[in-house]
Amino acid sequence: MKKKKLLLIGNGMAGVNVIEHILKLADDRFEITIFGKEPHPNYNRILLSSVLAGEAQMQEIVLNDWEWYGERGIRLHTGIEVTQIDTDAKKVYTDAGMEADYDELIIATGSLPFMLPVPGADKEGVIAFRDIKDTETMIETAKHYRNAVVIGGGLLGLEAARGLLHLNMNVSVVHLMDTLMERQLDPTAAKMLQAELEQQGMKFLLEKQTAELLGEERVTAVQFKDGTTAPADLVVMAVGIRPNVGLAKASGIEVNRGIVVNDWMETSVPHVYAVGECAEHQGIVYGLVAPLWEQGAVLAKHLCGVETAPYKGSVVSTKLKISGVDVFSAGDFTDRPDRRAIRVHDEWTGIYKKLVIQDGKIVGSVLFGDTSDSSRVFKWVREQAELTPEIHGLFTGVGAQKETGNGGSVVASMADDELICGCNGVTKGAIVTAIKDKNLSTVDEIKGCTGASRSCGGCKPLVAQLLQHVKGEEYAADQAPEEAVCSCTTLTRDQVVQAIREQHLTHTREVMHVLGWKNEEGCSKCRPALNYYIGMVWPEEHEDERTSRFVNERMHANIQNDGTYSVVPRMYGGVSTPEELRRIADVAEKYKVRMVKLTGGQRIDLLGVKKEDLPAIWSELGMPSGYAYGKAVRTVKTCVGESFCRFGTQNSIQMGIDIEKRFERLQTPAKVKMAVSACPRNCAESGIKDLGVVGVDGGWELYVGGNGGVKLRAGDLLCKVKTSEEVLEITGAYLQYYRETGRYGERTSEWVERLGLTAIRQAVVEDREYRRELLARVDVALAQLSDPWQEVTQNERLRKTMYEEIHVSP
Amino acid sequence: MKQVIVGNLGEIPPASGKVVHIGDQEIVIFRLSTGEYRAVENRCPHKGGPLAEGIISGKFVYCPLHDWKVSLEDGKVQAPDHGCVQTYPIRLRDGMLCIEMVEQLQ
Ligand code: SRM
Ligand SMILES: Cc1cc2nc3c(=O)[nH]c(=O)nc-3n(C[C@H](O)[C@H](O)[C@H](O)COP(=O)(O)OP(=O)(O)OC[C@H]3O[C@@H](n4cnc5c(N)ncnc54)[C@H](O)[C@@H]3O)c2cc1C
Ligand code: SF4
Ligand code: FES
Repeated sequence: MKKKKLLLIGNGMAGVNVIEHILKLADDRFEITIFGKEPHPNYNRILLSSVLAGEAQMQEIVLNDWEWYGERGIRLHTGIEVTQIDTDAKKVYTDAGMEADYDELIIATGSLPFMLPVPGADKEGVIAFRDIKDTETMIETAKHYRNAVVIGGGLLGLEAARGLLHLNMNVSVVHLMDTLMERQLDPTAAKMLQAELEQQGMKFLLEKQTAELLGEERVTAVQFKDGTTAPADLVVMAVGIRPNVGLAKASGIEVNRGIVVNDWMETSVPHVYAVGECAEHQGIVYGLVAPLWEQGAVLAKHLCGVETAPYKGSVVSTKLKISGVDVFSAGDFTDRPDRRAIRVHDEWTGIYKKLVIQDGKIVGSVLFGDTSDSSRVFKWVREQAELTPEIHGLFTGVGAQKETGNGGSVVASMADDELICGCNGVTKGAIVTAIKDKNLSTVDEIKGCTGASRSCGGCKPLVAQLLQHVKGEEYAADQAPEEAVCSCTTLTRDQVVQAIREQHLTHTREVMHVLGWKNEEGCSKCRPALNYYIGMVWPEEHEDERTSRFVNERMHANIQNDGTYSVVPRMYGGVSTPEELRRIADVAEKYKVRMVKLTGGQRIDLLGVKKEDLPAIWSELGMPSGYAYGKAVRTVKTCVGESFCRFGTQNSIQMGIDIEKRFERLQTPAKVKMAVSACPRNCAESGIKDLGVVGVDGGWELYVGGNGGVKLRAGDLLCKVKTSEEVLEITGAYLQYYRETGRYGERTSEWVERLGLTAIRQAVVEDREYRRELLARVDVALAQLSDPWQEVTQNERLRKTMYEEIHVSP
Repeated sequence: MKQVIVGNLGEIPPASGKVVHIGDQEIVIFRLSTGEYRAVENRCPHKGGPLAEGIISGKFVYCPLHDWKVSLEDGKVQAPDHGCVQTYPIRLRDGMLCIEMVEQLQ
């Protein structure tokens, strides 16, 4: 059978989604050609906001990479615009002079941003927020200019403004109305949102109408109708979008606001279909992705001759993708005389929830501050559920229905057909089945398998909860966010640290007493943890409690199976000298150490040393402790690097030595191992270190959360920097952030997964002010420390009480 | 019974242990946080760990090697593990610590 020619105009989210569906249904029925105006493969437009906010990298948002097209035999023409459709000859023409035939044609040309037709709108520095190019322009502009004005206080405008704020611009949002996002929020929620964003540094110019954009070639200010102005080096217009229908209209296809389609996505012309933001179905044009998936599924089946229910329109919900601001709304939530609302408004915690009821049915909702209920609420709205006492109880948290705890049971109480991922239409049932059948164990695997959380990512927490719920106790024990410090208390790490901070507790006994420990003197689990937390919070006041230290950290040597100890002196960056090696050899001989061994950490271990010999050995070695025994900064391994290696791009040895000297002795929740390699061949194994540095031409890459131990884990790329100073700075901030937020005993590999790379990147890389604060605090902690071996050799009392034993004759 | 004088008070910080070699015997004297003293054999019944280096909590010590919890009152290992270490009566005489040892043990 000869293949039919399927042609797609618009290489965007809606169009390519249809192709994906078709390939799944009927692999080889069509010969597929795609024309796309943008010079990129299909990417996730939604996440442009995240790229701008520094939460994702540009390359991470690609949905279908170049290979994807190639492997499926799809002819892709990017950077090319289709300028004409001849629906009689079934041919399209492009601006590049190409032409192509089709048997079936899909138009998925999306929308065009609406630009206010005010004088000056064509000046340099005036853009929209729609595609990669706009995003890149904003990132670039932020490097050279200071003032940004975003026109439009809707979803898109606020996300653009948040991103620009993150890029350190001075950002004002201009809005015609007196409340933000008036189409998605009621006035109460809108005011709460405004207050929250103002706190983040955003400025608002409400009830302002833009009259003109001032400036010569480049814009310099925005002038309003009331005569006032605002300085602007960059103006982002986010006042709305309109369906991109020019091509269809010119080709004689019926167009209203959008391209008119029926329930099978057929246009007025046979063999021509439309999906996505350019299509109008029953008078409605959608501007969100959820409807696109639904439309796409119907069209794909229709084209493949598979039976399908007709498309009957979509109910949409909105979420704002600004971290730290949880906003959700769905349906019709405006107040009217014939409607009643259930409101929960807690000004103390900043939570506002509203459920709107008409004729006993739920028709709309707004959630602010706590959106953990959103998927359930959305289901009620979508189905126009009857308000029952049970729903009332669930929503208000009154009565026994509201679950307590960490919310894990929110997912437990959901029905199988409830949507978890609104964007991609993935139900709870589908995820549960995938987890069980394919034995999935991470959110990423679920994303890969089911598509859940693949678009806006807002449902990630729910997916994680569901995973935990399905995997049950075993998984919960591993990952449970709320674990008590130990069996002496029910309090969690965070609660204990908070008490130490707020009540200024400076001794483990004080903590245990004030917080009502069941076991008056604690146990071997909590005492070292408390000692660490106190030292972390009050570095200057805290007096280290030796009796709350595990033997190795108390003795500053590693205890062995026979009660002897090992001695690992520091060798910065793994570099030694002949003289030093001679000294080590002499000491080893003199004290008859059982073995001299090279460690996996690029230094030397003297094994089998008697406790009483430790101080003398340390003194004769004249080297500082390598902390091979501590929850502390351990080693910084290095490769030979630029000084010797033909591939080296950086002086990795010096970088490693500098890091080790700067941060040695620092106490951390669990041990910290670092490495510096001078090229991606990674001979120092930087990829599996708590912090791994990799030299590249003109800079360094920093990887975090790697582990080569029990749970093998490759590090994640935290950032790229240019100078060694930046490496030291970010390392310091990273270590301090880990010190402040890590649970005692938790390696960075677990910590990075628990906090998420984005949060860590935000704290230690992007928020420069916070980075400086972290650095200042790590310096205070470092200033308290000195070499423990030297301390012992110089303090006779310490030597006597700690290392000497008593010998009496019977 | 034989009394062995092992030393004076000041040497052991609270909640710490001190190893005493008496002939080829190894005993540890613990000073509890209450100020009381306890003496036990310095050998964990599990794999011989030196109890002297453990963390002391109330009247228990946690072995430094694998965290077994041993009572300093009766020498019993706490559940879920089991076993027992030898305990020795200890008293203060004229500011000096004395351990009472059974003659034959020497
Ligand atoms: C000496 C050394 C082995 C050697 O001969 O090379 C060593 C020896 C011990 N390691 Fe290790 N590790 C040594 C390199 C490593 C490495 C390799 C590395 O650092 O590049 C790893 C995997 C890398 C990693 O941690 O990401 C490693 C992963 C572990 C782990 C698993 C940690 C984890 O979170 O997965 C433990 C157990 C623990 O810490 O709870 C451990 C624990 C131990 C202890 C301290 C066990 C203990 O508590 O007594 C061992 C002490 C033996 C002794 O009697 O002295 N050792 N250990 C290495 C010392 C390096 C140094 O110079 O400081
Ligand atoms: C910053 C931002 C954040 C967003 N956040 C969300 C969100 O959180 N949730 C949500 O649901 N939605 C969100 N959206 C909306 C969502 O991205 C769109 O609904 C979706 O991308 C529309 O898909 P589409 O395929 O219809 O259009 P598009 O993705 O715009 O694809 C159309 C493609 O067709 C190309 N094209 C147009 N004309 C031609 C031609 N003649 N020849 C060749 N190619 C042509 C265009 O260049 C474009 O690449 C957001 C949008 C933006 C810009
Ligand atoms: S791998 Fe490490 S912990 Fe295990 S036996 Fe070897 S040195 Fe000890
Ligand atoms: S030797 Fe004491 S617990 Fe193993």
